[in-house]
Amino acid sequence: MILKIIAIILGVLIIGLAVYALHAKKLTVAILGAGAVSLLASVMYLLLAAPDVAMTEAAIGSGLSTIIFFYVLNKIRKQNG
Amino acid sequence: MVKNLHILLVLIGLGAIFYALTSDFESSDALSPVAERYATQGPDEVGAANLVTAVVVTYRGLDTLGEVTILFLSAAIVAFFLKVTNGNGGKRNFRPVSEILQTAAKVLTPAIFLLGIYVFINGHLTPGGGFQGGAIVASGLVLMLLARPDMKISHTVIHVVESISGFAFVFIGILGIFYAGGFLDNSLISLGTFGTLLSAGAIPIIYIFVGLKVGAELSNIVGHLQESQNEA
Amino acid sequence: MDQIGLEHIALISGLILAIIGLWGLLTQKNIIKMIVGFALLDTGIHIIMIAVGYVKNATAPIISETVTKSNAAEKIADPIPQALVLTAIVIGLGITALMLAYALKMHQKKKSLDINHYKDLKW
Repeated sequence: MILKIIAIILGVLIIGLAVYALHAKKLTVAILGAGAVSLLASVMYLLLAAPDVAMTEAAIGSGLSTIIFFYVLNKIRKQNG
Repeated sequence: MVKNLHILLVLIGLGAIFYALTSDFESSDALSPVAERYATQGPDEVGAANLVTAVVVTYRGLDTLGEVTILFLSAAIVAFFLKVTNGNGGKRNFRPVSEILQTAAKVLTPAIFLLGIYVFINGHLTPGGGFQGGAIVASGLVLMLLARPDMKISHTVIHVVESISGFAFVFIGILGIFYAGGFLDNSLISLGTFGTLLSAGAIPIIYIFVGLKVGAELSNIVGHLQESQNEA
Repeated sequence: MDQIGLEHIALISGLILAIIGLWGLLTQKNIIKMIVGFALLDTGIHIIMIAVGYVKNATAPIISETVTKSNAAEKIADPIPQALVLTAIVIGLGITALMLAYALKMHQKKKSLDINHYKDLKW
């Protein structure tokens, strides 16, 4: 029962963060929103009895993907002016 | 306005297709027959305690080979696009790194590398494996690059590690054709006692090579992105 | 409340996340935001795949003291979708890195990140 309540809270947070990330004006907020969605999805994988997938999603989706986005954003800003 | 209407129609159509597919979805009480066969005969055939590792390396080994190839291709194309064109002549003026980051990186980086290597050596006993360990090793390298931005990464070492790991992975697979059941069969080496470090045949060796290859490729992508930061 | 299980909640949230990601990919003008939408679509599809492979009241597919070799088939969740999603997450990272490298090169040519300025292939 308590697992279902946690899952509902996670689901609502994931959808809310996804809509907020796509509606933001600044690019930094959008990229951090995608990283946060990935982190919450990793917790949901743990609730669905998949610890391998949770570890992979946390390391790759929430760590390396966000870093690569920020490197490219920095280079684009330097090229702009 | 017409474009918005088209997009709305596409999304509603996709939602209707999803609904039609999942409206008679009933939650399963027991495993599907294929998964039941893997669960009952997997630990004795393969010898690994982690069933997901047994599926990824042995039962579905060809998918892992294809995925390693795709990762190699994307790392090579990113390196090709971000080639530094004016050599090392550009003057690099980085902002000075804060002292907290420098001190913390000195303490944390050996621990992160050790955790990554532990995760992919013990892939067949606990949750983990080559992909997770490789991603953790690449994250340790990112921390080193953030603390000292002018550190030079030796691309030769990364290329040598990546090539040898990929070649060894395919070589062990081909040895499986001659000495065991087929391509990437892991009864090449004896299966050992269940649950110890040296069990499960060739799975630890295959996963070590996969972990080194994935870690080297992700470090290559990050290293090229870091080096191309200072050109105009 | 007993009708709706854990996998139904995960299935619905995965579906809505996939539709939001696809909407972002279709309507945004900035290229970086389109790539963020693609990453959200990817994550949504992975949640759907893991939710389909869940068995009621199951635990992780790892053999230990509680899940022994003899009663493994009754207690674990399905390990095959987990293995496929493991591969898919790493490939998704490779695709995102490639898309970002392309976006960087396009910006270097024309100094603009708006998708409406690149009309070379439009007929």
